[in-house]
Amino acid sequence: MSATATGVYHRSYRRESALRHTKAEYFRLALMIVGLLVTPYVLDNYWLSIVNTILIAVIGAVGLNILVGFTGQISLGQGGFLAIGAFSSALLYQRADLPAPLSIACAVVITAVAGALFGLPALRIKGLYLAIATLASQEIIVFVARRWTFLRDGSAPLTVDRLSLGSFEIERQYFEWQWYWILLTFAVLAVLAARNLFRSSLGRSFMAVRDQDIAASAIGVNITRAKVTAFAVSSGFVGLAGALSAHYTETVTWEAFTLDVSILYLAMIIVGGLGTIAGSVYGAAFMVLVPVFIQETVGAVGDSVPVLLSRVPAIEQVVFGLVIIFFLLFEPRGLAQIWQRMKDYIRFWPFRY
Amino acid sequence: MSNFLTQTIYGVSDGAILALAALGFVLIYKSTGVINFAQGEFLLIGAYTVYAAFVVFQLPLVLAVVVGILFAIVMGVLIERLILRPLVGESAISVIMVTIGLAAVLKAVAQLFFGTRAVTQPAVLPRTTIELAGATFPLNRILVIVIAAVVLTLFTLFFQRSRHGIAMRAVADDQQAALTLGISVRRIFAMAWALAAVSALIGGVLLGDITEVSSRLTTFGLLVFPVVILGGLDSVPGTIVGGLVIGLSGQYVSSYWDPGLAQIAPYLLLVAILLVRPYGLFGETRIERV
Repeated sequence: MSATATGVYHRSYRRESALRHTKAEYFRLALMIVGLLVTPYVLDNYWLSIVNTILIAVIGAVGLNILVGFTGQISLGQGGFLAIGAFSSALLYQRADLPAPLSIACAVVITAVAGALFGLPALRIKGLYLAIATLASQEIIVFVARRWTFLRDGSAPLTVDRLSLGSFEIERQYFEWQWYWILLTFAVLAVLAARNLFRSSLGRSFMAVRDQDIAASAIGVNITRAKVTAFAVSSGFVGLAGALSAHYTETVTWEAFTLDVSILYLAMIIVGGLGTIAGSVYGAAFMVLVPVFIQETVGAVGDSVPVLLSRVPAIEQVVFGLVIIFFLLFEPRGLAQIWQRMKDYIRFWPFRY
Repeated sequence: MSNFLTQTIYGVSDGAILALAALGFVLIYKSTGVINFAQGEFLLIGAYTVYAAFVVFQLPLVLAVVVGILFAIVMGVLIERLILRPLVGESAISVIMVTIGLAAVLKAVAQLFFGTRAVTQPAVLPRTTIELAGATFPLNRILVIVIAAVVLTLFTLFFQRSRHGIAMRAVADDQQAALTLGISVRRIFAMAWALAAVSALIGGVLLGDITEVSSRLTTFGLLVFPVVILGGLDSVPGTIVGGLVIGLSGQYVSSYWDPGLAQIAPYLLLVAILLVRPYGLFGETRIERV
């Protein structure tokens, strides 16, 4: 009888810092790739549009998790940064006639700079005070977006022309299908970039600031630099999400970037798991799918219980709040931890640990 | 000039209600260390329970308010026991998010029962105006100021004189020392939430009476943050001064400058205060510096 490995052992530093260690992980990766490649051929347009929304949310959630989950700086300003990304990309594309990739790239840079600026208070305050300061910046950004007529087409919200680049153009018929590939590319790149960020010294310095800022500065982490970069990097991701959503939805209005959106994104990373990249993905998918699921259920039973139909938004909000509360009380480390426990259970079976 | 006086009355009455809401917020923060993002929803729930008792169940006003207060106490204690106590010692992010989740639930529950449109409630405070010094004042606004002042005085007396009030201050000052003196910190935590819900209920009922009972009450609730940052997160007198400053500045900006700007003027003030004096006008300077 041959011995079985009972754990993951590393024989070199190279192996230890690798992203994947076991055959099972490669197998899951292959399965995921196949799944992502097949998705657009299996789903109809409605479900594909939901998948596209999830992909944008993934980018935004990864960005917010870099700031909140990995650096420990709580931010209620997510909606505001999404707005900056969306409006700058839309304006550059629409009014300055920049090609789409350039306008999106500019939007990322602009949002990153804005994020660094709004992150400056974090150098002096933290925790509760920082939450309130970012709440103020959220309200101020939305106010500007609401009142500045430059950000509108007359009295109508700003519209963005259908995405085109050179001879390539998004076609009406294949709209969701083509966007799926564009958004998937961006989402995969964003996830990979974030995953690798936390294998670098910069990412490690973020985590050191989160865990114990005084100890971090004692071992030579430049806290000022780490915090400002964390705000900039995180806002860069969020700006990308905002810019993509502007081109995807083809209208940009301040109503899409209110405080509720900030809270929704915070809920995503809490449900998914603070401080894990995979968690941001699970959380984004979960929080986008919950209202869809509620609508489907209410639609199915709506004929027999008609009173439910008029109460759908309220039901969604109740479930939304309960999901946040339940996860914080019973699984504060989120879906990522649940997944981890499931894997461990299978790996150690028939033993408990 | 007469317009100025009228605006001042409006501002002071807004400020008085804000002070009531902020008082609950400060109570919770001071004794339990929790930032309560659901304070605005407490106003909403308070206004709706009194509406339900008064209009839907046709109770006399006094009884309706008593029912509302009892409901607020039960709600406050249950929230503390079921949601906040398991999170004692958790990170600030978890605690903030749990109250945000709570806010979503409370607001949506009110919506489930009463819909999104404003409900009609007969005006309790007289809607007449009185002439004084050449200016006209709405009587109900003046009465709001009087009622709020009485309630705030009662709360202050409670903290200064009663056994429970002193125990609450002891816990706020130093939990461990209070524990060694035999004060039940758990009971104080529950009491803080109950009292916060009650003070928010009074604020919500007053606000509902001078404006309307609708889900827009929660937007007013968000203004609690500028108030408490201005006054200091842990200062009871600070809430009164902060409430008055925010209420007055809102009214003046909206009538003399730009009504839209009035919505974010409090936040601009908030940012300015955070930059200059982050612990507020009356707060303890025990802020954690980075």
